[in-house]
Amino acid sequence: MIAVWKHELSNYFHSLTAYIFSAFLLALVGLGAMLYNIQSAVANFEYVLSFVSLGFVVMIPIVTMRVVAEERKQKTDQLLYSLPLKTTHIILGKYLALLVVYLAPLLIISFYPLIFAQFGEVYLPTSFGSLFAFFMMGAALLAVGIFISSLTENTGFAAGIAISVILLNYYSVTLAEYVSSTSLGSAIAFAGIAAVLGFVVRYVTKHNRLAYGVAVALCLAVLGVYALDRSKFEGLLPDIMTKLSLFERFYKFVNGVFDLTAIIYYITVIVFFLFLSVQSLEKRRYN
Amino acid sequence: MIRVEHLTKYYGDVMALNDLSFEIDEGHVYGFLGANGAGKSTTMNIMTGCLSATDGKVSIDGYDIFEKPEKAKKLMGYLPELPPLYMNETPAEYLRFVGEAKGLKGAELKRQVEEVMEQTNIGGIKNRLISALSKGYRQRVGIAQALLGNPKVIILDEPTVGLDPIQIIEIRDLIGQLGENHTVILSSHILSEVQAICEKVLIIAQGKLVAFDTPRNLEKLMLSSNQVSFTAEASVDEASEIMERMEFAEEYQVEKREDDAVNIFVKTDSANVRDICRQIFFAFADQGNAIIEMEAKKANLEDVFIELTEGSGVEE
Repeated sequence: MIAVWKHELSNYFHSLTAYIFSAFLLALVGLGAMLYNIQSAVANFEYVLSFVSLGFVVMIPIVTMRVVAEERKQKTDQLLYSLPLKTTHIILGKYLALLVVYLAPLLIISFYPLIFAQFGEVYLPTSFGSLFAFFMMGAALLAVGIFISSLTENTGFAAGIAISVILLNYYSVTLAEYVSSTSLGSAIAFAGIAAVLGFVVRYVTKHNRLAYGVAVALCLAVLGVYALDRSKFEGLLPDIMTKLSLFERFYKFVNGVFDLTAIIYYITVIVFFLFLSVQSLEKRRYN
Repeated sequence: MIRVEHLTKYYGDVMALNDLSFEIDEGHVYGFLGANGAGKSTTMNIMTGCLSATDGKVSIDGYDIFEKPEKAKKLMGYLPELPPLYMNETPAEYLRFVGEAKGLKGAELKRQVEEVMEQTNIGGIKNRLISALSKGYRQRVGIAQALLGNPKVIILDEPTVGLDPIQIIEIRDLIGQLGENHTVILSSHILSEVQAICEKVLIIAQGKLVAFDTPRNLEKLMLSSNQVSFTAEASVDEASEIMERMEFAEEYQVEKREDDAVNIFVKTDSANVRDICRQIFFAFADQGNAIIEMEAKKANLEDVFIELTEGSGVEE
């Protein structure tokens, strides 16, 4: 694992990736700090982080798109498979290297509230609490990015999918207000999701019967629950969309609440997507 | 050393390997021969743990590749068909990573990296980017990678494909040297290559093992289709008369040359070519006709290969 970690890190710092990522993040934070803290003379550094969070839509895909996809494209995944390494260690090594790349600019940023504190009253617990949540949210998105990168060998495709997924997640709360909250609407949406899941299963496993099975079983489940108790679906879709949002949970920290459930949620997302990435890499052996 | 038992592999509905079994002993150079798509790469990928099998077992020194992959992989070095190189690194960086991944550390890592670079003769380019290297050098870096960790078995998938003749000779020499201290398995669809460097040959066709023997023995298998061609100082009639008297000559052809001599081609089923040559020689000598040239054409591995892979061959 340490070999992979070192290798990835040297890769990031050899190429421009780490520098572009850091520069982009620092520039956005700098811009935010200028707008909120200096021009508007607000003492809350957490607002800056909230402003910057939209930048994840671009920043995360920049660093994650190549993680696994590039290995496949260069056929170096063959090397990783033939080396005495566990797949879990490969993914963990890669993930930890990404975390270091992400942490480096955050360390610099962590001085900002302290600097502002020299010139006025800054409520540091909220600032650092938000910074921590900002780190956790980014870490969760990185795990999502690794998984998306492990699905394809086309880095552009990986970046595109990652951007749309993060964007969708960013706007899911806003969108939740527009989707139907009636039980019928929710049921139809879930049937649609079941169909999409079927396609995903088919793409990943190339197994037609399994894919149709999953889609049909989920659709039947939705239909069954709907027939038995349609009130279960009342407002379910917008509710889930809000709950799934990684960003919404971060805003709680910005508002000054240190929400442990959010931290646990982020950790769950990290573990879940890293697990999926391991499976996706492992699955290549079984094609 | 390596034991492959009843290996079967399906890609979807397509069968790539069909109940393949063989055993490989320590310290030889083995050639893995087959037409394109015969299942060579699939077998090698499964042996090295890069691919799962639908059914069957592979064990290296007693370690099952599916159950104890880390232990089994430590005993093997693998160069896939396309050398798995990171283009934006130098050979030195690349080898350091592979060495670390194979569990080497500190001074030992440094020593082994130096050693394999010397063995594969890439010391001079160790600080150039791999993307700037020629195909021959990339192949060497790939082989160097396989040598790290001093594995017992080195598996090379078509190591000479795409190289120029001089590079091919260099790589073959290198493989020969490796064979002194390691068990080497290499795949190829080039017969002369296998004939030149391998002590034993496995031929597979349509995912099945059709032959496993030394190149020499495989040729013997094919001696039945021997041909003898010779040139004698005689007229066409004289030559035909002599040939008629020979029982073994099932089929022959006499061709007139411009210098009062004839070319004769004889096809025979007899296994003893040398004896046939002798009979022909004395038959002509007795009649006072000199033989000025004679050649016994043996079947080469190419013929064996074509015959076996066309499905009419000998099963082990």
